[in-house]
Amino acid sequence: MPSITALANPTRFMAYSAKLLPWLGGAAAILFAIGFYGAFFAAPADYQQGQTIRIMYVHVPAAWLGMFFYTLMTASAVGALVWRHPLAEVAQKAAAPIGAAFTLVCLLTGALWGRPMWGAYWVWDARLTSMLVLLLIYLAIMALWRTIDEPTQAGRVVSILTLVGFVNIPIIKFSVDWWNTLHQPASVFRMDGPTIHPSMLWPLLVCALAFSLFAIWLHLMAMRTEVMRRRIRTLTILAADRADRAPSALEGLAR
Amino acid sequence: MSALGQHAAFILGSYGAAVLVIGGLTAWILADHRARKAELAALDARRAPESP
Repeated sequence: MPSITALANPTRFMAYSAKLLPWLGGAAAILFAIGFYGAFFAAPADYQQGQTIRIMYVHVPAAWLGMFFYTLMTASAVGALVWRHPLAEVAQKAAAPIGAAFTLVCLLTGALWGRPMWGAYWVWDARLTSMLVLLLIYLAIMALWRTIDEPTQAGRVVSILTLVGFVNIPIIKFSVDWWNTLHQPASVFRMDGPTIHPSMLWPLLVCALAFSLFAIWLHLMAMRTEVMRRRIRTLTILAADRADRAPSALEGLAR
Repeated sequence: MSALGQHAAFILGSYGAAVLVIGGLTAWILADHRARKAELAALDARRAPESP
């Protein structure tokens, strides 16, 4: 079993991730089939929310993954700033659009769930607003990556912004406890155990696992692409450098 | 549709939005991966005759 430091080598990462990708994709596909069967055919309608509870099976995993990818970016930012590891920068950059997409799905599905249950697509509730702030931070980070050409310099600036933005993650998690919100409090990860009936909990956990495996598949694919992008950049600079030196060498011979 | 009750449009709309966003992201990641792979292969092919 390779150690984490051995895997952090880009060449080894490319070899191991190539072997892992088909298994991750296959496992995600099987779990999606089981999870959505449970969500639509095994789980009952909610006694208060009726059939709209079916939205939970995509809304909740999307919310968890939006926060998970930001936490992953923060851990990678520490790796990039403290150890200056290029693969930490690669992981950080590849995670941003994936986290942003899941946060957007959470906001869209939340709006479509809110309209029939609350009577409004949007309210400036603490949970909803902090989730919107998370999406805006993701978009700012993605824009910053594109603004600075040199990847290491961009990585350092983005890492600092990522670390500052992490303050929003506990705010999202505890917003429903700290403020009076329209959004319901946590019902799965609680000190006294989940408050959801097992017939609804198991499809939710299977769907969450399926979305997580698929998101990791996307992240590994995006990381592999970023490793290639950096290799292309290095090769292009080396080729340009060689082309620059070639005429001066010819001039030297002519003298 | 009828099995999902009067709010079927909201339920199906949620799943549709998820498929659009995550499907779009997947397509973009795969297209970017293919493009970079082809670019790297072209660069390597150009470099191969240069190396001794």
